Amino acid sequence: MAELVLLGDEAVALGAVDAGLSAAYAYPGTPSTEIVEYLVAHATRHGGPPAHWCTNEKTAYEAALGASFVGRRTLVAMKHVGLNVAADPFMNSALVSIHGGLVVAVADDPGMHSSQNEQDSRFYADFARIACFEPSTQQEAYDLTREAFDLSERFRIPVMIRLVTRLAHARSIVRTQPPRLQNAVTHPPRDASWILLPANARRQWSALLDRQDALRAYTQAHAVNRLDLRGGEPLGVITAGVARNYFLENAGELGALPHHLHVGAYPLPVEALRTLASHATRILVLEDGYPLIERQLRGLLPTTTQILGRESGDVVREGELTPDNVRAALGLPDRQGLAVVGVVPPPRPPQLCQGCPHGDSYRAIKDALRTIGDAIVTSDIGCYTLGALPPYSQIESCVCMGASIGMAKGASDAGFRPAVAVIGDSTFLHSGLSALMDAASANTDMTVLILDNETVGMTGGQPTILPSSRLQALVLGLGIDPDHVHVLDAHPRHAPTNADTLRREIEHRGLSVVIMVRECIETAKVHKAAARAVVGAGS
Amino acid sequence: MTFDIVLAGVGGQGVLSVAAVIASAAMDQGLEVKQAEVHGMAQRGGAVQASLRLADHPIASDMIANATASLVLSMEPLESLRYLGLLKTDGAVISAMTPLRNIVDYPPLDDILDTIRRVPTHLLIDADALARGAGAVRATNMVMVGAASRLLPIAPAAIERCIATRFAPKGQAVVDLNLTAYRAGRTAVSA
Ligand code: SF4
Repeated sequence: MAELVLLGDEAVALGAVDAGLSAAYAYPGTPSTEIVEYLVAHATRHGGPPAHWCTNEKTAYEAALGASFVGRRTLVAMKHVGLNVAADPFMNSALVSIHGGLVVAVADDPGMHSSQNEQDSRFYADFARIACFEPSTQQEAYDLTREAFDLSERFRIPVMIRLVTRLAHARSIVRTQPPRLQNAVTHPPRDASWILLPANARRQWSALLDRQDALRAYTQAHAVNRLDLRGGEPLGVITAGVARNYFLENAGELGALPHHLHVGAYPLPVEALRTLASHATRILVLEDGYPLIERQLRGLLPTTTQILGRESGDVVREGELTPDNVRAALGLPDRQGLAVVGVVPPPRPPQLCQGCPHGDSYRAIKDALRTIGDAIVTSDIGCYTLGALPPYSQIESCVCMGASIGMAKGASDAGFRPAVAVIGDSTFLHSGLSALMDAASANTDMTVLILDNETVGMTGGQPTILPSSRLQALVLGLGIDPDHVHVLDAHPRHAPTNADTLRREIEHRGLSVVIMVRECIETAKVHKAAARAVVGAGS
Repeated sequence: MTFDIVLAGVGGQGVLSVAAVIASAAMDQGLEVKQAEVHGMAQRGGAVQASLRLADHPIASDMIANATASLVLSMEPLESLRYLGLLKTDGAVISAMTPLRNIVDYPPLDDILDTIRRVPTHLLIDADALARGAGAVRATNMVMVGAASRLLPIAPAAIERCIATRFAPKGQAVVDLNLTAYRAGRTAVSA
């Protein structure tokens, strides 16, 4: 047994390794990135298990399915909105009979610290009828991830680990257990349980539904779902995941402790809920995310039990739970601190790094559009989304990965010109390519600007799936007119000529693609330091 | 005993290194530790905050509740103001004095410093000058650890050990630089 200080993300990663992981797959996304970053570093130090960055969450999920297919234990990690991208393989993977344990770790971002929404992945687990663990501490993240692999193989379903930002990105001590060996590679059972032709799929779906009772019995008996009944209290509190921490932080100040049910394993422990309801006339549900438990408790018809939560408005409806809003929900008065009057600090939003190539590209766009007049500029997700803020204020949309290209096409089809899409290289490869194929097939009148910084910048500089040297060939391979495909050096000294080229291509009536290349200065620094180290070591 | 610290600064000022050094020193001393930070967008010139909770008993929440923090430790004066509401009535603020003006509406520095001075226990540290004296502005964050060490429930030797361990992979020169910066911060406060 070792004691380590780990982020919640890292605890998941190490839990997977110690459970006999054979392969991990992910696309980076805050707050999940550190799961596979840890595994990449672990593989470098220990020679395995291999951890792979993938084109997107869907391909990552499908690769994990393949590893499970041949009997190996595998982890796929993503942020909450990444699961939307992987939703197709995810939903269908619930119907196959999982062979090697498959664990999907999803990090939600309530409060939207670095995301475009705060969707709650527990709904996906419920939707797919699979099991979900929701750890509340780094130790539980380790323990439950380990267990998730056993559970996956026992019930032949994928198992979700649901994290939230505050757990994913907080560190604490984790005590580890001796590692388990990896599974051998084996041919999948020859029972057609992975061939989801309608006839098989109906059989598999029915078998999945048949397993629900056993699954509920498992979570009902699970130690993490703990019910503490107290004498004679009318109030019952249900906490899920990290909400327990905030409850405990305040519970000492409550006159009498309420009954308390903690939920860390789903499907919901129905028996424990019924027992709680038979002891309490009021139930307060504290869950970090959407009101999943509250809605399941509430149903549609009136009950004698009063159910209070985010749906009812008794707990703050949006954003992440905090010790303070949980305190208010428990009816405790605000704590009085030091009230200092004085300067109210203005917000300090994130900015492009000093000298970031995107800044130069945005200046070139601004310059190019100056004489063109009213254009729309759609954009996408990455550091360059900061082009929405002053001093650039250049882009007008950021919806989901790859949407810039599809939206520019739709706007152009609808009759708006000029339509310009701005997308980063990694986002382009993630899901812009298929939209560009649509535009190429129709020679849509629009301009796509690929800002190629040769890295996945926003999540800390992971390598892109293909080196940028292959981008141009990829674009040309779609059959776009080579006269309207340009690769430009985004260095500020080329600013005037870059703006000219852009202007010409925006004016061109047809599809054009301009790739502006210059490495992210953050990764460039790292690469320079590494090169120096190599030179130093050689001398 | 509970000692909650809010660490503040701007992306790139080494807030996370400060958190890591204090956290590992506290653990060395047998304290329970929870360290939370928000990564991602915040890394680019925006406000960055980390929280560090130290206690001699198990800690439940990763986040610090309003009006419970013992210390706001800030690498930049404006940033320290963002978290004063987290301080308990006898809480302290320790802030570096040099402003980082990367927003257009940055308030007048004197007003900011005046506000900080209204906190009964406050220390304003000319951390840039001290770090330059120690050999590199880069080590400003370790100057701030040194200044904070006067209030932390941690033995200075443990902090020095953790600084040495953290920077060891970068060579002895970097270790020495950071230790010198740390000591400069510590001495500045006793003076
Ligand atoms: S990390 Fe790289 S791409 Fe992102 S803002 Fe900084 S320099 Fe630009």
